[in-house]
Amino acid sequence: MSAPAPAPAPGQTSATAIVFFFVFIAVTLGITYWAARKTKTTSEFFAAGGNVTGFQNGLALAGDFMSAASFLGICGLVAQSGFDGLIYSVGWLVGWPVVTFLVAEPLRNLGKYTFADVLAYRMQQRPVRVAAATSGLTVVAFYLIAQMVGAGNLIRLMFGLDYEVAVVVVGGVMLAYVLFGGMIATTWVQIVKAVLLLGGALALALLALSRFGMNPLALFAEAASRDPSVLAPGKLVSNPIDAVSLGLALMFGTSGLPHILMRFYTVKDAKAARSSVFYATGFIGAFYLVTFVLGFAAQVIVGRAAIKAADKGGNMAAPLLAEAVGGTPFLGFISAVAFATILAVVAGLTLSGAAALSHDLWVNVVKKGKAPESEQLIVARIATVMLGVVAIALGIAFKGQNVAFMVGLAFAVAASGNFPALVLSIVWRGMTTRGAVAAMVTGTASALALIVLSPTVWVDMFGFAHAVFPLKNPGIVTMPLSFAVGIAASLFEPEAAAAERFAALSRRVQLGPLADAAPDDATPRA
Amino acid sequence: MARDPDPALAKLAARRLTVAATLTVLMCAVYFGFLLLVAYQKPLLGRLVTGGLSYGIAGGVLVIVTAFVLTGVYVAWANRRYDVELARIARAHRDGGGEP
Repeated sequence: MSAPAPAPAPGQTSATAIVFFFVFIAVTLGITYWAARKTKTTSEFFAAGGNVTGFQNGLALAGDFMSAASFLGICGLVAQSGFDGLIYSVGWLVGWPVVTFLVAEPLRNLGKYTFADVLAYRMQQRPVRVAAATSGLTVVAFYLIAQMVGAGNLIRLMFGLDYEVAVVVVGGVMLAYVLFGGMIATTWVQIVKAVLLLGGALALALLALSRFGMNPLALFAEAASRDPSVLAPGKLVSNPIDAVSLGLALMFGTSGLPHILMRFYTVKDAKAARSSVFYATGFIGAFYLVTFVLGFAAQVIVGRAAIKAADKGGNMAAPLLAEAVGGTPFLGFISAVAFATILAVVAGLTLSGAAALSHDLWVNVVKKGKAPESEQLIVARIATVMLGVVAIALGIAFKGQNVAFMVGLAFAVAASGNFPALVLSIVWRGMTTRGAVAAMVTGTASALALIVLSPTVWVDMFGFAHAVFPLKNPGIVTMPLSFAVGIAASLFEPEAAAAERFAALSRRVQLGPLADAAPDDATPRA
Repeated sequence: MARDPDPALAKLAARRLTVAATLTVLMCAVYFGFLLLVAYQKPLLGRLVTGGLSYGIAGGVLVIVTAFVLTGVYVAWANRRYDVELARIARAHRDGGGEP
């Protein structure tokens, strides 16, 4: 991607934005200091000791999920093409009901820190943990690259910082949160960010709507009077099969995102897990509705030409709107919120990656579950530092690359590599270790291979004339394939031990800690 | 090792799965229905319901609202029916099942 022209410094971005930015950093580091003193065990480090309430977790889930890319990117998309932005928003939301219906409660009742815990509950620990950690880390890596590159670009755009400096600052501050404050700090950073982002976006929308008699329809009508096409579908869905394929990845990928799944371990029981997704769905849905209004407001108040002049990708639509309706201070506030948004998402990703490395791979695979608490905590922190360094390195390595497709890819891997194995192991008695491993390996590998062969990489990045695989998103092929392979491998060679443990798993899915009374389940709970 | 599955628990688990699967299918139908309308009925979605509001925008907002409402339906069912029944079974176990 070519470097955007230097932004025509919208107002005095830097001064006020930097004040807000430092206030946010000071407050969150204060939270981290407080959280660090409460983080003494692995359970506190990875799951905030299970003491987060459903409402708090709802906000934190929303904070984990609403990225700067979705805030600035969707505003930009709506500002440029109107209705088409809504198709996008809708896709990001529809995965949440599925999380509520299928995974939130079983996950909470079966696991401890990672989604691999669910698979390991009745299958052979080591193969399923290696496979789950691999597919989970793949998802985290792609998501991280997209976030870090986005962070570098956006911060350069809004604060005028060098790309590399921006990436190092994001990586460093995030590392401070996670390393010292673990899940407690991460949760509260996400809550603060969610409140700021929701509040900021809402305030911006109300300020903008005050020019249209507080009536969104008046705003839309004004936009349509300038260009009637903005209320109708445009070019976004040109290939229906591709749209459905991406839709499948979004709908079921959310249920396979390690950093989202991990959040269900921070609440005390299944009831809190379920209510937290309900709150999250409400917050995220409301956020996307507000973003849609913001995009139209930017289109009418700021104008498409001015938005495009500031950034070809349209990312400056929301900040420019903030400046137009609220002056420089509001622009500074919105810029700082966008920065905070990136930090919170990256922190959640890093923590889930660290859990896969330390809890799954080190403690349960290398040490076969026999690692003292103190060692677990040290390994968790080493893994965190490693991931922080990797995140910064990836951010710098992918500078200037078009990484927008990587979030879609992360969802495709999550939907194909993680989701089928997770669901089958919870609902199907016949699922075996081999089936789970086969499903995860097939889903992850096929999603990666088909992305490489897709128009996005094969044609746009490698420069070949024709793509080997015609779709931009592989979900429609790889997710059913993963299910089929998982089921076939399980049927081909049944596993008595896994089937026998299914009754205990079902009890545990329903009763949670109450099922601990069962003699065959001695998993201690924090 | 593995105790006999409790029939009441198993029945309740099956009911939860039915509710969850039904709601998932509903959500899929609404979302993919919307996507296919966008793909194949572009002129229809561009028509106006009223000034400033096209069928497309109304439909998109409706999908978002549906996602929230279906989640709410599940949570309400689980809180009012599922949890109550589960607590009843667990209590029966504790009182009569010889649990420690």
